[in-house]
Amino acid sequence: MSEHTEILSATAAAAGERWRPSLRFLAVWRRHFLVWRKLLWSAIIGNFGEPLFYLLALGYGLGRFVGELEGLPYLVFLASGTVCSSAMMAAAFEATFSAYTRLDYQQTWMAMLTAPLAVEDVVLGEVVWAATKASFAAVPILLVAALLGLTAGWGALWVVPLVLLTALCFAALAMCVTVVARSYDYFTYLITLLLTPMMLLSGVFFPLSELPAALQGVVWLLPLAHAVALIRPLMTGGELGHVLLHLAVLAGYTVVAFGLAVRLARRRLMS
Amino acid sequence: MPQAVVEVSGLVKRYGERNVVDGVDLTIEPGECFGLLGPNGAGKTTTLRMLLGLTPPSGGQIRVLGHPIPAEARIMRTRVGVVPQFDNLDPDFTVRENLATYGSYFGLRGRELERRIEQLLEFAQLADRGDAPIQTLSGGMKRRLTLARALINRPELLVLDEPTTGLDPQARQHIWERLRRLLGDGRSLILTTHYMEEAERLCDRIAIIDHGRVQACDSPRGLIRTHIEPHVVELHGAVDPTWLAGAQSASGVRLERVGETVFLYGFEREPLLALADAAGTEYLYRPANLEDVFLKLTGRELRD
Repeated sequence: MSEHTEILSATAAAAGERWRPSLRFLAVWRRHFLVWRKLLWSAIIGNFGEPLFYLLALGYGLGRFVGELEGLPYLVFLASGTVCSSAMMAAAFEATFSAYTRLDYQQTWMAMLTAPLAVEDVVLGEVVWAATKASFAAVPILLVAALLGLTAGWGALWVVPLVLLTALCFAALAMCVTVVARSYDYFTYLITLLLTPMMLLSGVFFPLSELPAALQGVVWLLPLAHAVALIRPLMTGGELGHVLLHLAVLAGYTVVAFGLAVRLARRRLMS
Repeated sequence: MPQAVVEVSGLVKRYGERNVVDGVDLTIEPGECFGLLGPNGAGKTTTLRMLLGLTPPSGGQIRVLGHPIPAEARIMRTRVGVVPQFDNLDPDFTVRENLATYGSYFGLRGRELERRIEQLLEFAQLADRGDAPIQTLSGGMKRRLTLARALINRPELLVLDEPTTGLDPQARQHIWERLRRLLGDGRSLILTTHYMEEAERLCDRIAIIDHGRVQACDSPRGLIRTHIEPHVVELHGAVDPTWLAGAQSASGVRLERVGETVFLYGFEREPLLALADAAGTEYLYRPANLEDVFLKLTGRELRD
């Protein structure tokens, strides 16, 4: 008998719906965009204002004592780092606290799943949206840096797609935590234990080369250092190296994290 | 003969060692209002979730509107409307924005969607509240909006999980009247409910589910006719123990006690009333109803 039911459940699982990439996730993205537009000012102040204040205060204040790092005035060094860290943090916050509110408290995901949307569409919509919102935060910092004369020419425009990739990467990683979270406390662990140390050690505030060799090795296994390694030279006119490697790490993390987030989301929502 | 709206056979859902749904067979015909009744934990909501493709079955076959489920669940859901048990309206949007956004999940847009929204606001009697934020709506209005939202894609089948739980009698009547209108338009309905009166008034057929199985399935009248004695007396308050002992052994009378209340069931009215008169307490005589059938088939112990 148990063998018989095993076979039945195997067939049923095999008959599960196949997902093919489609543009349906745009409806999910659009819903989040429309809400964001309604709450525009608080979003702008939180996501763009805060890193900008840090940049200016630390860059001018601390910069006077620091002088130059890697041949760059500290404000210039920090501006490129801040673009990366704000992309990471804004994406992670949206993909955790806000996405979890929609998943759990508001049951927005469930409403979407009773419409003709699949879990993949909902998770993809969330990740792309979080990356979009993070770009709305990080790209204006690039703009301000350019207006202050802290960037080196039009090559800095390449930063825009890289900000999007960085934000996609961290949105997908954060989503893996969101879909297993049972409360908002989970995100405090993620941010305090993983993202904040990553931000402090990945070359945002001071050069990676200042770290002990072993720690450098660990930091290079994480994605943020690769984002900094691409974005800083593009913003400051420095020399780019290992471009494909850095891109591959960011893209690899994004794809693997997205796949994992979908699996975990299915387990939570569809069991 | 037209194709069945829902065809389910041998449906099983297993969590760990426990079969929450344990071999359910159902056929729902077009234009029918079909009720799923059962105590909490009987497997009603799990059955609905499997029908909608929101969780894969552990065994059995499902077809909804001709689509094999879960293989074609997403396509099937373009033709189905869902009213969930708990409101999940978008709190950041107005009434109209809620309908528009939900419509966008179906790929609906433009003039056609706008026209549909105006019709639905009319239908839900929310035409003057189109721009109101969700937080300002009463419970009944929210429920009506959730129902309107489920109709955005002109569904052939509407699935409602406890559509009137927590509503006041006026709001409930309102929802019933609208559901009847939808049935009049030829749509099919599946609903779960804990309100026997709701099931009795709305449903053409009812399946009483318990322990993951269909215990009985028939029209409300059919269920009452086949499963319960037609005459009922309820005695409230303390009764004389000698009378009780006599009543328990009286022929042609079935007796049940729930706390202070005694229920007498019988096929003949006169002997039942004579027995009740002799008890010396207040009593109520009434014809048997669906609740009597429900309690007989699913027992009287509490389910939490």
